[in-house]
Amino acid sequence: MEKLIICTVCPRGCRITVSGDNGVVNSVEGYGCIRGKTYASNEFISPVRILTTTVKVEGLDNELLPVRSAKPLPKDKIFDCIDVIKGVTVKAPINRYDVIVKDICGTGIDMVATKNI
Amino acid sequence: MYNINCDVAIVGGGPAGLAAAVSAKQEGANKVLIIERDNALGGILQQCIHPGFGLTRFNEELTGPEYYGRFVDKANEVGVDYLLNSMVLQVNGEDKTIICANSEYGLTLVNAKSIILAMGCRERTRANIVIPGTRPAGLYTAGSAQRLINRQNIMVGKKVVILGSGDIGMIMARRMSLEGAKVVMVVELMDYLAGLTRNRVQCLDDFGIPLKLAHTITRIEGNTRVTGVYVAPVDENKKPILSQEEFVECDTVLFSVGLIPENELSSKAGVLINKVTNGPSVDQYMQTSISGVFACGNVVHVNDLVDNVSAESEQAGKYAARYAMGNFPKTTGDVCCQTGKNVRYLCPHKLALSNEYDKVTLYFRVLSPKQNVTLTVRCGDNIIAKKKELRVSPGEMNSIKVDTSLITDDSITVDVIEGD
Amino acid sequence: MKTDVVIIGAGAVGCAVARELSKYQVNVIVVDKNEDIGGDASKSNSAIIHTGYDATPGTLESQLVVSANPMYDELCKSLDVPFKRVGAILPAFTDEQFNKLPEIKAKAFKNHVYDVEYKTGAELLKMEPNLNPEVKGGLYIPRESIIDPFILVQALAENAYANGVQFLLNAKVTDIKTKDGKIKSVVTERGEIETTYVINCAALYCDEIAKMVGKDEYKVVARKGQFYILDKNTSCKVERIVLPIPTKITKGKLMCPTIHGNMLVGPTAEDQESKVDKSTTADGLDSIAKDVKNLVPNVNLRDTITQYCGLRPNRNPEGLHFDMYDDLFGYVNLSGVCSTGLTLSVAMGKYVVQQLLFSGANFILKENFISTRKGIVKFSEQSLSVQEELIKQNPLYGNIICRCETITEAEILDAIHRPLGAKSVDAIKRRVRAGMGRCQGGFCGPKVIEILARELNIKPEEVNKNNLGSHMVTGRTR
Repeated sequence: MEKLIICTVCPRGCRITVSGDNGVVNSVEGYGCIRGKTYASNEFISPVRILTTTVKVEGLDNELLPVRSAKPLPKDKIFDCIDVIKGVTVKAPINRYDVIVKDICGTGIDMVATKNI
Repeated sequence: MYNINCDVAIVGGGPAGLAAAVSAKQEGANKVLIIERDNALGGILQQCIHPGFGLTRFNEELTGPEYYGRFVDKANEVGVDYLLNSMVLQVNGEDKTIICANSEYGLTLVNAKSIILAMGCRERTRANIVIPGTRPAGLYTAGSAQRLINRQNIMVGKKVVILGSGDIGMIMARRMSLEGAKVVMVVELMDYLAGLTRNRVQCLDDFGIPLKLAHTITRIEGNTRVTGVYVAPVDENKKPILSQEEFVECDTVLFSVGLIPENELSSKAGVLINKVTNGPSVDQYMQTSISGVFACGNVVHVNDLVDNVSAESEQAGKYAARYAMGNFPKTTGDVCCQTGKNVRYLCPHKLALSNEYDKVTLYFRVLSPKQNVTLTVRCGDNIIAKKKELRVSPGEMNSIKVDTSLITDDSITVDVIEGD
Repeated sequence: MKTDVVIIGAGAVGCAVARELSKYQVNVIVVDKNEDIGGDASKSNSAIIHTGYDATPGTLESQLVVSANPMYDELCKSLDVPFKRVGAILPAFTDEQFNKLPEIKAKAFKNHVYDVEYKTGAELLKMEPNLNPEVKGGLYIPRESIIDPFILVQALAENAYANGVQFLLNAKVTDIKTKDGKIKSVVTERGEIETTYVINCAALYCDEIAKMVGKDEYKVVARKGQFYILDKNTSCKVERIVLPIPTKITKGKLMCPTIHGNMLVGPTAEDQESKVDKSTTADGLDSIAKDVKNLVPNVNLRDTITQYCGLRPNRNPEGLHFDMYDDLFGYVNLSGVCSTGLTLSVAMGKYVVQQLLFSGANFILKENFISTRKGIVKFSEQSLSVQEELIKQNPLYGNIICRCETITEAEILDAIHRPLGAKSVDAIKRRVRAGMGRCQGGFCGPKVIEILARELNIKPEEVNKNNLGSHMVTGRTR
C-alpha cells in the first residue's frame, strides 16, 4: 500500500510518499527533514492528533473552559473522546494544565485545561 | 477626566500588545500600560482554542490560550500595567496622548512618551467580496462563529458551507464537525489553498470535508435563515461559469475570505498607511511615519503565524521603550524596501539607517506559488542576502535576514526567482 | 379587540397616518406582519426626501411630494430625526442630455418647485470635484435632502404610540369582514379587531388586502432596486445627491451621501413577479457599477460594506391612488405608493385625515397631543465632556459594543427597552446602527445576540435576525 502524506511538522508542508503493509513501513520518500520522515511513518502506521475543545463551567452559561489532550490522541478515538467531554462540567477555579478528564477513553492521555478560570 | 501617565502606552492586549509590553518592560521602560477593549488580555487567541501555536518560538505545539497565557504570566511577572474594558476613541500621535472610554473610570486620558498600535485586524465580509443573493440569518464570518462557539457557548448552525480556505475557515470546519455539525464543503476561489497545509490535513482531510478549489459561491438563498447556496467553478479570470452552477443545501455559511488590518485609529492619528498591506508603513524598529508611534502585529500586516507576530512586536516594544527613555538610535536616512519578482509586499517597508548596524528580518509574501526558488535581496548590483526555499505560496509568509551594514544604496529589492 | 381605526402596515405611510390620527380623540391600532415597525419598502430605499421636481404635474403624487418636502425641517427637529438638506445636481454629459434641461426645469416649475437653478459645467465641477469632467452643465435642486429612513418611521411610530396609538406586530391580516356595506372587523394572525375604519397602507401587499374587500381593480408589481453602500472612508465621495438625466425607460442610478456619511449607489429598476425575492444579483450590481461610472468615474465600489435590495410597490395601472368607496363605508385604500413614498408619507398622513373628516368622521382634536419625541442619545456624536457626563450617569455608555460605529451598550439597551423597542438583531441595527459599519456585525454581532437574550430573557436560539424563523444561532454548545 502506498500513501501520500502531507507533512504537518512545519508550515512547509512536504508531500511525503510512504509505502508499506500491515503497519510496517517499507519506504519513505519526499521528506524535507528527519522529523518529517518520522511524522510520515507514524502517520502511516497510527495517526495521532491533539484534540482541543471546550468544557462547561458550573454556573456559567456564556463562558467555557478550553481544554486539550496533554498529548496527541489516536485519530480514530477523537469522536469517542468528544462524547465523553460533552458530558463533563467543571467547577471554577481551574488552573491551566489542571486535569479535567484523566486517561480519556483508556488512551492513557489526560484532557487538561488550557487556561485559568 | 481621569489621567494616567506612562512611558509606553500600547493599544491592544492581544499577542502583539502583550509581546511588545513585556519587551518594553524588559528593555527598561518604567511604566508600560496596555489598553484593552475586552474584559481579558489575549485578544483573538482567547477564541483560538486549537493547537498550532508556538512551534517556532517555544518549539512545542500550544493552543491559543496557552500561548497568550505564557505572555500574560510574563507580563505580570515583569509588572506590565493594563486597563481592561477600555475602548480607545482617539490617539494623538504628536503629543502622545490617548483617550479611551471605560465604564468604571469614564473617559480616561493616557499621557505617554511613546505609543504602540497593536489593534490587530478584522475579517473581510460577504459584502466586501460582493456575493449576491438574499440576506438571511446564518451568515457569519468564520471568526465571529469561532467566538460564539468557543467563548460564548453558542452553536451557530448544523449544516455548513465555508467560503475561503484561509486558516480560520479550515479550523472552523474542524470545530463545527467536532461539535456535531455537518460541513458540506469548503469553497476556495483560487486554485490553491489560502491557509497552511497542515490545516488542510488536520481540519479537512481528517473529517472527509471536500475542498473545492477554483470555485465560488455565486448566490445565497433563504429569506429567514439560509436554505442553501449556489456554487460554481470559476474560469481563469475568476469569473464563475454559471452553466455549471450547483445548489448546495445548508443552514449556515461561514466566510473566511481574508483579514484587513484595523487602522481606523491609526489613520485618524495621521499615521501613513501602506496601500498594499493596509497597515502603517514601518521601519525595522516598527516605527510608523509619526516619530514615537510604533505598530506591530496584524495591525501592520496580516501574519499567519503568531510566533512571527511576537518576534516583530518585541522589536516594537524594545524600540518604543528606548524612544520613551530617550536613547533611540540616531537615524540618518531611510532605505526603501522594494518588491521585486514575485513579491506582493514587504514588511518593514523601509529601513532606517542609524549609528547601530543590525540584522533585520524582512517578512514578505509572494504573488504566486512556486517550487525550488531562491530568495535574494539586491542592493544596487550586489546581492546582500540569499536563501533557498523548496516551495513558496501566497498563503505562507516568507522571511530573509539582511545585514544593514551591507546596504550602500537608498533602496533594496527582494526577488523570488525560480531555480538558483 | 375593538377600535375606531385599523391601519394595515407599519411602514412610513402607515406610521405617518397613525401619528396624524393620534392628534384626535380616536382609537387607532396599527397592525403589521413583520416583527418590527418600519415596513418593507420604507427601510430599503435611497433615503432621499424629494422635492417632487420631476413628478407628473397635477397628480396627487405631485401635490403630496411637493407639499411634504418643506415639512421635514420642523418635523425632524421635533421628532429628533437625522435630516440634511444637501441638495441634488442633475449633470448633463451629452448634447442630448443638455438639451433636455429646459424641459426638466419647466416641469419642476409646473410642479411648484420654483428653486431649480441652471449651473455651468465648471460650477458643477466646483461643487462636486469627483463628477465626470465631461459635464456640460446641469441643474441644481437645492431642497432635495437626505434622511435616516429607519429613524423617521420609528419616530413617527413612537410619537404615535406616545399619543395612544397601539401597535400589533407579527400580525398578518388574513381577512377583512364587512357587513351591510360597512367595515366590521379586521382578522389578523393575532386576533380579530372590530373597527369602523380600515386604512390600507400595506404597500407591496395592498392589492391582496384590497382583494379581501373586493376592491382589487389594480395589481402591485414589485420593482426591484439594488444598492451598494460604500465605506465612510472611501476615497471618492460626493457631497450632494448626483442624479442622472432620466431617459424614457428609466430614472437611472444615482450616487449620494447617506445621513451617516457613507456613500449610496443605485438603484436598479427591475420588475418582478415575486413580492418576497429581495436578493441582489450579479447582473444588477454590475449594471450599477457600469452606470454610476458615467456620473462619477472614480467611484470605488471595492469599498462597499454592503449591498441590499428593496422592492418598490409599483401599481398597475400606474400612479398614486387614494380611494374611498361609496358602497363600502370605512374603507380607505392607498395604492401606488412607490419611490416617493418615504417623502410623501407625512403629507399623506394629513391628507388621509382630511379626507376622513370630509367623509363625515367625527374626530375631535386632543388638547394634550405630545408633538415631540426624543431619540436615542448617540454617544459617538457628543463632545468629550458630554461623553464623560453620560458615562458618569450610566456606566454602560462606557461599554462600546460596536467598534465601527462606536455604539455603546447603553444605546442598545435604550433601543430594546423604549416603547416599540427592538426585539431582533436587525431592529437594533436600524435603531442604533450597531452592525451597520464596515465589519457588518463581525465584532458586535455575537455580543448583540447575548445582550438580546439577556434583556428579553430568552434563549440564544430564540434571538432572531428579523422575522420569525430567522434564528441567529441553533443553541448552546454545552
